[in-house]
Amino acid sequence: MKFKSVFDIIGPVMIGPSSSHTAGAARIGRVARTLFGREPKWVTVHLYGSFAKTYKGHGTDVAIVGGVLDFETWDTRISTSLELAKEKGIKVHFEEEDAHTDHPNTARVRIGDDDGDLELVGISIGGGKAEITELNGFELRLSGNHPAILVMHNDRFGSIASVTQTLAKHEINIGHMEVSRKEMGKEALMVIEVDQNVSDDLLRELESCDHILQVAKVVD
Amino acid sequence: MKILFRNVAELIERCESEGVSISELMIRQEMAVRERSREEVFGQMEENLKVMENAVEEGLQGVKSHSGLTGGDAVLIQNYMKNHTPLSGNLLMDAVSKAVATNEVNAAMGTICATPTAGSAGCVPGTLFAVKNQLNPTREQMVRYLFTSGAFGFVVANNASISGAAGGCQAEVGSAAGMAAGAIVEMAGGTPAQSAEAMAITLKNMLGLVCDPVAGLVEVPCVKRNAMGASNAVVAADMALAGVTSRIPCDEVIDAMYKIGQTMPVALRETAQGGLAATPTGRELEAKVYGINLKSE
Repeated sequence: MKFKSVFDIIGPVMIGPSSSHTAGAARIGRVARTLFGREPKWVTVHLYGSFAKTYKGHGTDVAIVGGVLDFETWDTRISTSLELAKEKGIKVHFEEEDAHTDHPNTARVRIGDDDGDLELVGISIGGGKAEITELNGFELRLSGNHPAILVMHNDRFGSIASVTQTLAKHEINIGHMEVSRKEMGKEALMVIEVDQNVSDDLLRELESCDHILQVAKVVD
Repeated sequence: MKILFRNVAELIERCESEGVSISELMIRQEMAVRERSREEVFGQMEENLKVMENAVEEGLQGVKSHSGLTGGDAVLIQNYMKNHTPLSGNLLMDAVSKAVATNEVNAAMGTICATPTAGSAGCVPGTLFAVKNQLNPTREQMVRYLFTSGAFGFVVANNASISGAAGGCQAEVGSAAGMAAGAIVEMAGGTPAQSAEAMAITLKNMLGLVCDPVAGLVEVPCVKRNAMGASNAVVAADMALAGVTSRIPCDEVIDAMYKIGQTMPVALRETAQGGLAATPTGRELEAKVYGINLKSE
């Protein structure tokens, strides 16, 4: 089930005008910001399908940038996010793409600074709800039925064990887990679906494990 | 996950066997899924109710969107009601004006609560604040109205779609109107089964509705579609309370809506390429809007 909470239906509280093109887009931008972990120096957004055709009218551009600036869907600063980004010296670039995607509301968001970058693909599935389908070239296959933790890490021995041991210590059960890497010894990703809710404190503890770069919770 | 219902049939069956209302079952499911207390769940919904109240109030004062395409109609309707007896009745026009008020605020980039989406945010609060004047509900009943709406929306979102880009306006205003109809019935003292009939009757009459926003903006025709969605909901609720039933069960209507959405041309699914968006006047307005809006280039 993609929609689990009644507040996915009655909600979110948001700045208009479109839940999928504004609120959902803001959420995609904010996931990128959360995963990146800091304010980026540049943002490049590729828009597909209905996003590409109608983004100006719906404020999809201001919404995604608002999300990247860490604004919630109801934050009125969203409407001035492009100006705010300019003031902060963040370079913002949009590309309208013609390519056909599985979902009509798809955005590929790349953000970065001198120290690194991050790329993800998000889809806005309606009512302000968003899903991340790709992260740094890794395809994400999340059932959406359970909370999931994404762990970006370096491909070193012990990194997976330290994460699972920490989860075990907190009595968190893993229902499904996938590990993948770009190249041996390089950037790698763990996708862990768990049965229990995951606290922010636990996320911080996981982040402090050896060889772990970033930790985020994707499904709330 | 402790899901108590996956479709309308299960929802009604469970309400009947446990002797509870639809809103109650929705509250219980939310508590189970989110592992939260009744107070927390209820409190969050009450916050949403406040946002809806504020949006209606703001819209009835008169707002204007940045494009200038929408705004001010809610005021016109309220003034008309003060000076005339509306042919369609006071309650219906009150619902219409409050649905319009909400969507005018949304178009003006004001703060609203998506129900289930922003483009269709007028139907549920519009009907609620109109029906309220006749039924005199408690605050709790008003919050429950939103849970009942949410229960039907939950089924549609999971079994079909609430996205205009995926399923057309029928998926947005169609769903919103159906949700409102089911909630009106519960507030008016109807049975859960009657709520489902009202939802089915409403959605049946929204099938095939395309999403063709002029200039891609959630304004024309979205604002007025919420007006008609709200009136559709009130009429269908009255029919269901009268004992009228839908020959096609609610879940099958939802499934039909989903399949119609899948076969709908892309030009009519929130791309601003067909329908009203592609009329000569629609194109003219589009050119005018983006002529003015060059600052965002």
